[in-house]
Parts: sequence; structure tokens; C-alpha cells
Amino acid sequence: MGSRKVKFGIVVYPGTNCDMDTHYVIKEVAGEEAQYLWHEDLDLKGSQVVVLPGGFSYGDYLRSGAIARFSPIMKKIKKFAEKGGLIIGICNGFQILLESGLLPGAMLRNRGLRFICSFEELLVENDETPFTLLYTKGERLRMPIAHIDGNYFAEIDVLSELERERRIVFRYINNPNGSAHDLAGIISKKGNVFGLMPHPERASEALLGSADGLRVFLSAAKYVRES
Amino acid sequence: MRAKIEVFLKEGVLDPQGETIKRALYTLGYSSIKDVRQGKVFYIELKDKNPQGILEEIARKVLANPVIEDFRWEVER
Repeated sequence: MGSRKVKFGIVVYPGTNCDMDTHYVIKEVAGEEAQYLWHEDLDLKGSQVVVLPGGFSYGDYLRSGAIARFSPIMKKIKKFAEKGGLIIGICNGFQILLESGLLPGAMLRNRGLRFICSFEELLVENDETPFTLLYTKGERLRMPIAHIDGNYFAEIDVLSELERERRIVFRYINNPNGSAHDLAGIISKKGNVFGLMPHPERASEALLGSADGLRVFLSAAKYVRES
Repeated sequence: MRAKIEVFLKEGVLDPQGETIKRALYTLGYSSIKDVRQGKVFYIELKDKNPQGILEEIARKVLANPVIEDFRWEVER
């Protein structure tokens, strides 16, 4: 059934601001199905891929992503993750995945303390994940970042485990924020939860400077369709 | 009853804000300062007579991120 559309659920928190861009790219550019999921919903409404988009959930109060992890929908998202469901956390979504323990580590304030909004070059480190199967290892990508807390931190043993298990998916060519091991995106142990600081939804049309991010969504859809 | 909970980045975790404040203090001439660590303080009013268990729990579960932060608390009155 090659033509069946994959249903993406985009979680919206108070303060999320990349939800509409993400919805547009999934529906209009990738040609899949997209729906919003309100953070107080207790139902993923049949979503086959859950996306936690970027923004400033709860105003980044306390720590980025710290309050969002207690929202009602997170319980469902955790169950979905346990069952092997695909989850993509972009920027603030990545921070929420870290705070909720679905991915290891934490974000510190950027080295240099500045909010950085720029296009960055990324290296594809793993092309065998559900989110990168349409990329090629060693490929260089251009995607924008826009964050102040993107300086990834984890204990040394966690970092060596990430390296050993090839769970660093994208790496910065020129580390902009101090992130450990230059990492820009990682996956969970089972490989079904993906968090990244760059914004693939802002790099999905050549007209906007780069279409290198689109294959993240296309890969996830292809993976769901073929599994 | 009022309690105070302090949350700080762990020893060994880079504190870029503390570093920047330290440099600014040097620039102002306070050359004796060896280190600055920035943290957060929460004052919490509670009904409980013995809030120790709750304080420990909310600090660990919510106020601090144990991956990067340590906390300490005290009951003020």
C-alpha cells in the first residue's frame, strides 16, 4: 500500500510556535496527513508519528521543557514510546524529551550565553534510523537553529554509550553552542525517539534556503508505511 | 511553614552565567573573587508540619534536573 498516508500528530503546548510550520511541511510539502494534538488531550488520535515542535512551552519557565513534561498528553506519549511509536522532538521538543527522560542528558545554556539563530552545517552520522533512512552517512546538510539552551550535557559514560551505539544521528560541523561531542541530534536506545536542535521544518523547501530537513519527515513516513 | 530550596548546577558542570558574572566582577576590580556559581532559590509556603519528605520529592522531581543540578533545602520557620 505505497500510497497510504501516514498520520502525524503535532503536540501543541502554550508557547509552542513551530506547530503551524511543522503542520504545513508534513501536509503540503511531504504530502502526509497532519493533525494537532492539544497538550491536555488524553488521546493521540491514531497518530503514527508524534512530533513535539519547537517554541517556548510554558515560557521556558523553570527550565526549557521542564513544565511541559507534566502535561496530560505526556503520559500517552510515554506509552506510545514504550510500544515503539516514532517520536520526533525538535528544538524545544528535544528539550521536553530530555526533561521527561525519553532521551538521556540535559541542555545547558549555550556557551557564549547568546540566543543563536543561524543556518548550521550538519553531518549525517547514522543513516539507519527510522528518521534518516533517506539520508546517506557522511552527507552534509544545512538546517537552521534557533535556541539559547542547546549546549547538550551528559555524563561521560552516557556520551560513550551514545557513541558506541551510534545514537548520535546528526553532528554540527562547527559546534555553535558548546554541545558535547558536537551532537545536534540523538535517538533513544530502541531507536524510535529522535531529538534534534536544528529545525528540519524550516529547511524543507529550497525557496527558503534549504530543503535538507524534509527527509526527516519523509523517512519517518516511509518507515511507518513499510513496517 | 516556609521552606527554602536552593538549586545549583553540579560541581563540574560548566556554568556559563556564573563564569560571565565572574569576568564582569574582575573587570570592575574585584580581583579576589575566585569563582561564581549562579543558582535558583525557591521559597515555598506549606501547610505541613513535617514537610521534609515533600520538599525532597518536589526538589528532585520538579525544581531540579538531577542530570545537571544539585539541590538543598531548609525549613525556615
